[in-house]
Amino acid sequence: MSEPMVLAEGVHKRFGRNEVLRGIDLTVPRGDVLCLLGPSGSGKSTFLRCINHLEKINAGRLSVDGELVGYKLVGDKLHELREAEVARKRAEIGMVFQHFNLFGHMTALENVTCAPVYVKRESREEARTRGRELLERVGLADKIDCYPSQLSGGQKQRVAIARALAMRPKLMLFDEPTSALDPELVGEVLEVMRGLARDGMTMVVVTHEIGFAREAASNVAFMEEGVVVEEGPPAELLSNPRHERTREFLSKVL
Amino acid sequence: MSAVRDTDLEGRPEEIRAVPVRHPGRWIAAAIVLVVAVAIVHSVATNPRFEWDVVGEYLFDERILEGLRITVELTIISMAIGVVLGVLLAVMRLSPNPLVSSASWLYIWFFRGTPVLVQIIFWYFISALYPKIDLGIPFGPAFIHGDANTLIHPFTAAILALGLNEGAYMAEIVRAGIISVEEGQSDAAHSLGMTRLQTMRRIVLPQAMRVIIPPTGNETISMLKTTSLVSVIAVGDLLYAAQAIYAVNFKTIPLLITASIWYLVCTSVLYVGQYYLERYYGRGSAREEALTPVQRMQRLLLIRHEQGGGAAGL
Repeated sequence: MSEPMVLAEGVHKRFGRNEVLRGIDLTVPRGDVLCLLGPSGSGKSTFLRCINHLEKINAGRLSVDGELVGYKLVGDKLHELREAEVARKRAEIGMVFQHFNLFGHMTALENVTCAPVYVKRESREEARTRGRELLERVGLADKIDCYPSQLSGGQKQRVAIARALAMRPKLMLFDEPTSALDPELVGEVLEVMRGLARDGMTMVVVTHEIGFAREAASNVAFMEEGVVVEEGPPAELLSNPRHERTREFLSKVL
Repeated sequence: MSAVRDTDLEGRPEEIRAVPVRHPGRWIAAAIVLVVAVAIVHSVATNPRFEWDVVGEYLFDERILEGLRITVELTIISMAIGVVLGVLLAVMRLSPNPLVSSASWLYIWFFRGTPVLVQIIFWYFISALYPKIDLGIPFGPAFIHGDANTLIHPFTAAILALGLNEGAYMAEIVRAGIISVEEGQSDAAHSLGMTRLQTMRRIVLPQAMRVIIPPTGNETISMLKTTSLVSVIAVGDLLYAAQAIYAVNFKTIPLLITASIWYLVCTSVLYVGQYYLERYYGRGSAREEALTPVQRMQRLLLIRHEQGGGAAGL
């Protein structure tokens, strides 16, 4: 159990010549909530996408739950994982996107049940029962038969969270989950996320919501230009940042 | 919200009653259209050289109906081949493997670049090129083999030509549909543990259908009429049947009209089919589902009824 959920050591990522991540070292213990802060273009979202192998890393080591992401070690040689193996690992990691990315041709309930049915081969009945429970938990019991186009931004994002939870993930990744929302809808999504944190879900959250970070995070990391500038408990980092750059950023965001 | 509630309590606010703007231009245009339409109908109906009695006589002639059956069969089978091939070619075209994507590109380039009439005749004469055909593992054992002339009769040649040609056009339509689906949809599907194939089948293609259906309807209607080209290789389609009859009795115009009527009937049926397909695949994209004509009629009557009731209440 001492094994951290996410362990990043010297993670590098390039897009062509553009070096987006330049040596990320981060550890997320089980049950912790890590908030990633930083200006846009600092590599927060890219790092998040690397954790479930939506992006391949170029150098360094990245592991989830003690297993390398996207590779396996045979002897002392790295072997790329086959597509099915990558998919199986992704199924254990939930991800929530800035623009929700709900499946437009499916109702809220179908969005939540599709992965358990197609990926985990659960029975349709079982998946629907659990899907209803999950939608109820995020406060959308009356919206199960609505299509995404009939929902508000906040409702869409809550369906997206329920969809990710339906796979019973051991880790949840949030990529700016409230950035595309009207200010008055941010609260309902953050409330659901707070609930998850309370229940002990391990989470990595890219966000600009300093209030959420202060309240729910176990650790906060400030990133800029592909490196972690500083990391620490929210009370420390947010109130007494050690680096000039962090101070400057926080003064603009707060 | 509160404003709405207030008016609810006090009853509806008084509706505006104003003298509508007159549109004399519209009345003149309507009159012109009406006169021209009447003139055309009158001329067509009274000109004896149309020989409407002959049209009526042959409309349900056995040979014409047999030709119609062949035309419909050709359309359905060729379109089925075209759609399946089109999806395959579109997915190949978007493949990261350069050899696979260029193979698809080359296929599309070739079949779109040559006239379909040439392709029909070409397949008809394929036995000149390959007198014997073996189907099996290349350079290995064959499962089917035989004489090209017996394996590929005119109907098969027609199906091959129309289906393979259609595949090239459908490929571009399907590709446009796939590209129209946001990348975030694939990201979300992958993050849930779906493989590329599952993502394509369950998430991307169903949403691409909304973009794919209208041009595919167009292609089907076009195909229905393109099948008439097969009369050059003596496949007994609708046009060929009409030609065979007027070659004997010289009633060229009435028989062409007969064939045209059936073509129009078929395209009309396709219109209806397309409407319902679009409605099905449009689910979730419009806030309210499009109405079927029957529902639209019901709603119209209902609103009339409600308005009448409301007026009586006031």
